[in-house]
Amino acid sequence: MTTFAEAITDGYTQAMEMDKSVICFGLGIDDPKGIFGTTLGLKEKFGEERVFDVPTSENALTGIGIGASLNGIRPVMSHQRLDFFLLAMDQLVNNAAKWHYMFGSQSSVPITIRLIVGRGWGQGPTHSQNLQAWFAHVPGLKVVMPSMAADAKGLLLSSIFDDNPVVFIEHRWLHNLKGDVPAGDYRVPIGKAQRLRKGSDISIVAFSYMTIEALHAIEVLEKQGISCDLIDLRSISPIDWEMIFESVKKTGRLIALDTGPEICSVAGEIVAQVSMECFDVLKQAPQRLALPQFPTPTSLALTKVFYKKAEDIIELAGKMLEKDIDLKSFQRSKDFLHDVPGDWFKGPF
Amino acid sequence: MKTAKKNTSVFVQMYQLMKKIRITEEAIANRYSQWKMRCPTHLCSGQEAVAAAVGTILRKDDFVVSMHRAHGHYLGKGGNLKKMLAEIHGKAGGCSGGKGGSMHLTDKSVNFMGSTAIVGGTIPIGVGLGLSIKLGKSNQVSVVFLGDGATEEGVFYESVNFAAVKKLPVLFICENNLYSVYSPLSVRQPVGRKISEMVNSIGIESEHGDGNNAGEVYDKIRRAVDAIRKDGLPRFLEFATYRWREHCGPNFDNDIGYRTEEEFESWKRRDPIVLFEEKLLTDKAISKKMIEKIEADIQKEVDEAFDYAASSDFPADADAFDGLYKN
Ligand SMILES: Cc1ncc(C[n+]2csc(CCOP(=O)(O)OP(=O)(O)O)c2C)c(N)n1
Ligand SMILES: [Mg+2]
Repeated sequence: MTTFAEAITDGYTQAMEMDKSVICFGLGIDDPKGIFGTTLGLKEKFGEERVFDVPTSENALTGIGIGASLNGIRPVMSHQRLDFFLLAMDQLVNNAAKWHYMFGSQSSVPITIRLIVGRGWGQGPTHSQNLQAWFAHVPGLKVVMPSMAADAKGLLLSSIFDDNPVVFIEHRWLHNLKGDVPAGDYRVPIGKAQRLRKGSDISIVAFSYMTIEALHAIEVLEKQGISCDLIDLRSISPIDWEMIFESVKKTGRLIALDTGPEICSVAGEIVAQVSMECFDVLKQAPQRLALPQFPTPTSLALTKVFYKKAEDIIELAGKMLEKDIDLKSFQRSKDFLHDVPGDWFKGPF
Repeated sequence: MKTAKKNTSVFVQMYQLMKKIRITEEAIANRYSQWKMRCPTHLCSGQEAVAAAVGTILRKDDFVVSMHRAHGHYLGKGGNLKKMLAEIHGKAGGCSGGKGGSMHLTDKSVNFMGSTAIVGGTIPIGVGLGLSIKLGKSNQVSVVFLGDGATEEGVFYESVNFAAVKKLPVLFICENNLYSVYSPLSVRQPVGRKISEMVNSIGIESEHGDGNNAGEVYDKIRRAVDAIRKDGLPRFLEFATYRWREHCGPNFDNDIGYRTEEEFESWKRRDPIVLFEEKLLTDKAISKKMIEKIEADIQKEVDEAFDYAASSDFPADADAFDGLYKN
């Protein structure tokens, strides 16, 4: 079993061994903490020409990555928080996303940008933003948000070797989750979702950390006779519409989950497309569960009501199927507070 | 004679502020492992001189903006200690109502306008406050605190350029503590660069100083602030200093390998508070007895502030969904 974080390191290692043109850089990439452990040992293995720390200059470095990529380099850039990368939206949106299209398909931008989303321990308004919808909204970008360790590796490799800009978003609370990760050059195609649970009553479409909450919820729902189809999107641009539509055509019900604020969210887009494509088979209005339309508060007390969790999914599914759900059977080990994913996490960052 | 005497009492005041910042930071470090202060926290132990000097010299109506490592800047400017600690504890009575935590402090009553956690994020804000001062034709000063890392962001150059071309009453203060997280200057800026000289060539009068020599820090900031009040032009000061504890969090981290124990010890031997204390004792500006009293008084104030923070209420659930817009 490998952690999500180790799977990322594995993905890097595989890519850099296979192709000398792969380089990686980012703040703290070679420091003792190695970006939450995901880049430990890379500099020792591949040398400081291919693995290097950088000035605090997000926008320029994104452009520099784009420039290098135009001449055959495959840069993998990393940011310890998605929020820090906002300084580089100009290079990403005005250059990376457009280059291939606006110059008549003559050159492309094979860059990968890793962004980590924080949560808990008071990460607050500027260290925990889930802005994946911004990236998914921009034509010309691909956006992936794996939730399982194997997909982290498989999608990282696919992102690095894709000839287009890929935004690779990792939720901090996934880094310690373990799973079986295939060895070698293992790739997960961008744009393909994965069905994690098969069921007939309701389709739950999730990605990133919300997939984990959905798995907890489904355990309870199944026990109470609600059979769920769980689709882990893995990629949010492009989205695997086929798998979603096929599932909803079977169940007639949809809950779309999102880690970000609800207005103009990925979940909102899924609800829209399902409403248009599956209107005839829908047994009731599709639903979404996402964050409230507010910045993340910092206080322990305020984050408690801010985030959506398994209980909310259970409640919503129960309501849709008009079943009284006994939440008492929902037992998660709770010897830690709601603002951490487990007792291994003590912040502070 | 008169100025010397004045300096003496001002120095004692500055010394008290340095002590207050140190004792507060160390108290946070000591209590952090009770896991009650649940937010990223960047302590400034070892860097107190600059914050205290600014606080001593500025008027209440002068503006200050700051960065992630802001406790000292906030307290220096006269920010309310109880409210700061309540904020770090996530309490309703915190200076930002529990919404911001350690990285997002404000105390409008003393014009500490805000500290934020995106590197470089407040640099243009301070320049904008400078613009407002100029438009309002007052003789306030706007102070921008930044780290060495922030000088690598594009927004730094854009802001400094604008302050220069528009002649704005802004004092940029760069605390150069040699690191951005665990990244030394050597991997971020060319060897031999002096940030102050670079800014000088952009068009802002700049100076470099020893940030652990409190007297020197005081003099340089005093002169810069006086000059800005007189001619309204921006100034830039870079002070060499050193953070003692880990980048973020309560511990020491010399063992993890990004800096050496020797380097840390050499800076610790130049503890700005100890050095200042020695100077004040030599100058007979202060006595051992006074120092003891100052320490005891501050310790009491800090303990009381922790009691306040610990015992005050968390915000109500509904507070999470309040305050998005001004009504
Ligand atoms: C735009 C942005 N990039 C990166 C970070 C991560 N980060 C937080 S503090 C920090 C160090 C900045 O160093 P410096 O400005 O020298 O301040 P110091 O921590 O040394 O006081 C970094 C890189 C951030 N908060 N914002
Ligand atoms: Mg620094």
